[in-house]
Amino acid sequence: MPEPSSPKPDIHAIRLAAATVSFKDKNLVFDCTIPQGASVAVTGPSGAGKSTLFNVIAGFQPIRSGSVEIFGKDMAGRDPAERPVSIVFQENNLFAHLTVEQNVGLGIDPSLRLDADGRGRVDDALSRAGLGGFGQRKPAQLSGGERQRVALARAIVRRRPILLLDEPFAALDPAMRADMAALLAQLREETNSTLLFITHQLEDVQRLADRAMFIDRGLIAFAAPLETFLEHRRLPALNDFLGIDR
Amino acid sequence: MAGGDEREVRIARRRPGQGNGRRISGHGMYTTSERRAITGAGGFTLAFIVLFAGLATGVLLLHAQDGAGGTLFDAYLFRITRFTLLQAGVSTLLSVVLAIPVARALARRRAFTGRSWIIRLSALPLGLPALVAALGIVEVWGRRGVINELLAAMGLANPVSVYGLAGILIAHVFFNLPLAVRLLLAGLERIPAEYWLTSANLGMRSGAVFRLIEWPVIRGLLPGVAGLVFMLCATSFTIVLTLGGGPAATTIEVAIYQALRFDFDPPRAVILSALQILLTGTLLLVLRLLGTPAEEAPTTGRTIRRFDGARERLTDALVIGAFVAFTAAPLLAVVASGLAADLPRLAVDPLLHRALITSLLISLASATLCLVIAIPTVAIGPASENRPETPLRLLAGGLHAASSLILLVPPVVVATGWFLMLRGLGGTARFAPFVIVVINALMALPFVVRVLAPAYRTHVARTGRLSVSLGVTAWHRIRWIDLPALRRPLMTAFAFAMALSLGDLSAVAIFGADGIVTLPWLLFSRMGSYRTADAAGVALLLGIVCLLLTLPSTASEKTTSKHDA
Amino acid sequence: MRRTTLTALMLFAATSAALPALAAEKTLSIYTYESFVTEWGPGAKVAAEFEKTCDCKIEWVGVADGVELLTRLKLEGEGTKADIVLGLDTNLVAEAKATGLFTPHQLSPEGLTVPGNFADDTFLPYDYGHFAVVYDTGTLKNPPKSLKELVEGDPNEKIVIEDPRTSTPGLGLLLWVKSVYGDQAADAWAKLKDRVLTVTPGWSEAYGLFTKGEAPMVLSYTTSPAYHMVAEDTERYQAAAFSEGHYVQIEVAGMTKTSHDPELARKFLAFMTGPDFQSIIPETNWMMPVAATKEPLPAAFDKLVKPEHTFLYSADEVAANRKAWIDEWLAAMSAK
Repeated sequence: MPEPSSPKPDIHAIRLAAATVSFKDKNLVFDCTIPQGASVAVTGPSGAGKSTLFNVIAGFQPIRSGSVEIFGKDMAGRDPAERPVSIVFQENNLFAHLTVEQNVGLGIDPSLRLDADGRGRVDDALSRAGLGGFGQRKPAQLSGGERQRVALARAIVRRRPILLLDEPFAALDPAMRADMAALLAQLREETNSTLLFITHQLEDVQRLADRAMFIDRGLIAFAAPLETFLEHRRLPALNDFLGIDR
Repeated sequence: MAGGDEREVRIARRRPGQGNGRRISGHGMYTTSERRAITGAGGFTLAFIVLFAGLATGVLLLHAQDGAGGTLFDAYLFRITRFTLLQAGVSTLLSVVLAIPVARALARRRAFTGRSWIIRLSALPLGLPALVAALGIVEVWGRRGVINELLAAMGLANPVSVYGLAGILIAHVFFNLPLAVRLLLAGLERIPAEYWLTSANLGMRSGAVFRLIEWPVIRGLLPGVAGLVFMLCATSFTIVLTLGGGPAATTIEVAIYQALRFDFDPPRAVILSALQILLTGTLLLVLRLLGTPAEEAPTTGRTIRRFDGARERLTDALVIGAFVAFTAAPLLAVVASGLAADLPRLAVDPLLHRALITSLLISLASATLCLVIAIPTVAIGPASENRPETPLRLLAGGLHAASSLILLVPPVVVATGWFLMLRGLGGTARFAPFVIVVINALMALPFVVRVLAPAYRTHVARTGRLSVSLGVTAWHRIRWIDLPALRRPLMTAFAFAMALSLGDLSAVAIFGADGIVTLPWLLFSRMGSYRTADAAGVALLLGIVCLLLTLPSTASEKTTSKHDA
Repeated sequence: MRRTTLTALMLFAATSAALPALAAEKTLSIYTYESFVTEWGPGAKVAAEFEKTCDCKIEWVGVADGVELLTRLKLEGEGTKADIVLGLDTNLVAEAKATGLFTPHQLSPEGLTVPGNFADDTFLPYDYGHFAVVYDTGTLKNPPKSLKELVEGDPNEKIVIEDPRTSTPGLGLLLWVKSVYGDQAADAWAKLKDRVLTVTPGWSEAYGLFTKGEAPMVLSYTTSPAYHMVAEDTERYQAAAFSEGHYVQIEVAGMTKTSHDPELARKFLAFMTGPDFQSIIPETNWMMPVAATKEPLPAAFDKLVKPEHTFLYSADEVAANRKAWIDEWLAAMSAK
């Protein structure tokens, strides 16, 4: 696995300052800075607020107070599409009734009116994702891993500097996870993009991340470079996750 | 045991090919014994439907009177057939085309005050006897209606005439637009939450969202929805005659009624029914060939939130407002007339109590029976797909056709046939409630199947393999997997079936003499003896009961929305 | 829940079937139209009066209307429970006889005053009413004074009529126009067509539209205003007297040849033309009695239109020509 290029700590890709989300029964408050080019594993128990964090960054979830900055710009009032962010989910990233090519093409033009140049970019992204010749297939004809790579191909053509992956490996078997992780690492190296991914697997953290954060009960309980993260012993919940007996 | 189960869950979840956009196939979704049970139940159901309708029509055919028959295919029949198809075609086109923007607007606006009431209201027109609806429509669109009074106040004299094709269309749209909206809305709400997140992330505009996400879903539903609406309009009787303006507006259903009731020529009634089934059945087949169901993606249980349509706020408000005004105005007219009745006297009328209880019992029983028939009908679809055994696929096809076309067999024909069969068996009175219940259940079947089938397909795609791999099968699967997940569509289907049965008079009319007094029967009886105010009061009660029936199906909506943190 | 529903339904079926069985030993089963046996209809009073004169019980079976009555009888055939069929009109008499299910009443129709001199060995009349155009005095100041004026009048003053293919009053108007216009009936319909707001399947729909104010005129009966005067205390709705005369609807009853108790059935038919029965009819069935009543008719009936001339085709004429005349009507009314 290639060593990720060293992040430049003075440029922050994402900065959340007391970004607060209110639900009926709970408040979530996020505070963090993520340097450009980082690859951040987001971990934590179910329902802790991992997806909500992504929704806040991507603009799906309005915040009640605090701020979200991306590359130094306040994101308040910006629609999801106006943010320099691409997002990939565990399931249903692809529109089942559209072909692979169309699904990727949406990343270039959301109304799917593509010129020759656009189609060339789609083909290119598909071959980079190892899916050359799959353009005319429907998602149903692909395996779970292939579908996730189509989603990545779309992220490639979108050229957004930040990529959020919400449990991208959860539905994949071990061989597919490895393929997918390799593709992600390659992508990140080529584009110097910033990566955040939610995972429940320590294996994925070690394979792909250079930083990690642990979310517990609506707060970012701990965030650190990977080495520090793995050696942390003061959070019982994190110990549970790391599989360490107290 | 818990550990073992967990491992199996994980295996099932990781299975390649599951999930996104997988074409839903029967493969691996059921155990062999489950498939066998579904096949058995399906065969039984098909036999029941075909026998129930077939025996009745067969008996009628045997009951030829001397001198009956005569010329069947004359210019008159040609004319009414043409008119039947014309008015039903235009009514269907209008109902379905108008339903698309309304369903889109309602799907986009997921939380506004009164939304659940609008959805509730949409089952109401079906529960009203046609005459009540016709009088409600006349109060709005008629010569002395609200609209013409307004236009007159602006200095225009009676410019809108409701009598003629226009009136028929208005009434049919009033009945069927809400139905189409509800069926399309249910389809749009089954679109996975990720689609909306992805489309927002990609920056799709309203036009692209419609073209690339909503339209494929709608197109898949159109054959079913349009087919149902077409059948309802083609068999329309009271509306067509009352608002049609003259005998140029006559449907085949009128001729069937005339043949059976006035001319007492049962074979002619049967042949006309066969013509009606043949013509409409062909049309339904063509519709099915035109539209193929869209590839569905399984939903993952994530709460649906929409980010599109910020610019369409005003348009949506106008569309929803117009829809509500159009649907609610005749209903309000019915309420207003009802309130003018002597309600305190009606409230203590023992005959009304009896009618209410009878109506509730009959509709409860027929809705239950309808669900019992509908479940194998719905389950056999996914169970038979991608299966090599032709008998199973034939059975599925037959059941699908029978459950649709049953709407085209006039209840008056079936009821008369059964009357003839039962008269020898110790009086018809004993069997009357059962025959009425079965007829009402079969009439509701096409609606219920259209409510349940799409929801069930989605559900099976989501849980089928998991259930099989976990060994949660047969009764346990129904109890723990299917019933909880399908509670809402089942409730909706039940409410539809009850409402339909509640407003029905056709089956009761034949057996009514045997002491069965239902609300619509009472309503007509009061109207027939000059007591129009009382009839309006009964209509109001009927509407309230219908509305109450839809409460459980929409109340459960709230409990399903929780935050996905 | 399913089981409870089913049980309740079976219970309900069982009781509805068992109730008549518990009744008195001698029963007379009378089939009639439904409005005869509603709570305001004559049924209950008639039964009470008749049961005083015999040790028996009347069992009413009410079907939708007169046409349905005949259909029901045809469906049941010789297995019918009916001893008496009450509520056919003269237009249905020929068809009813053709079923072979009736037997002559063997009673003398003397003393009955029936317009059109109707007399029949199988069916006895019990009341009658003339068809009439009923109008709203609030909106129509100059009602037509003849069928001719109706046909040729202002097309903007509308009338709601019933369909002769599906309703008795509809057929009545058809026969009325035929009586007055004869061979010219098709032309008359072609003219009247523009005045017809709509043609409804039955009387209820037409009268409903009329009382909602949709049209100032409706085809109903000369007796309709009596209901509004007596029950609602209003003279707003009146029948228009037509100079040519009015077509009459005579309602009749007959006894079946399969009757369990022909003596009792005949006794009822005799009772039917007597003062006890006849006195009940006017204010419950809103029709004219065919024989003397115990007391003079209510004042409202004095104000009703009394046609100077009555039209009535014989049952056989109607049976022979009904289809052709309806076709003629259809052609005239469907033309553009």
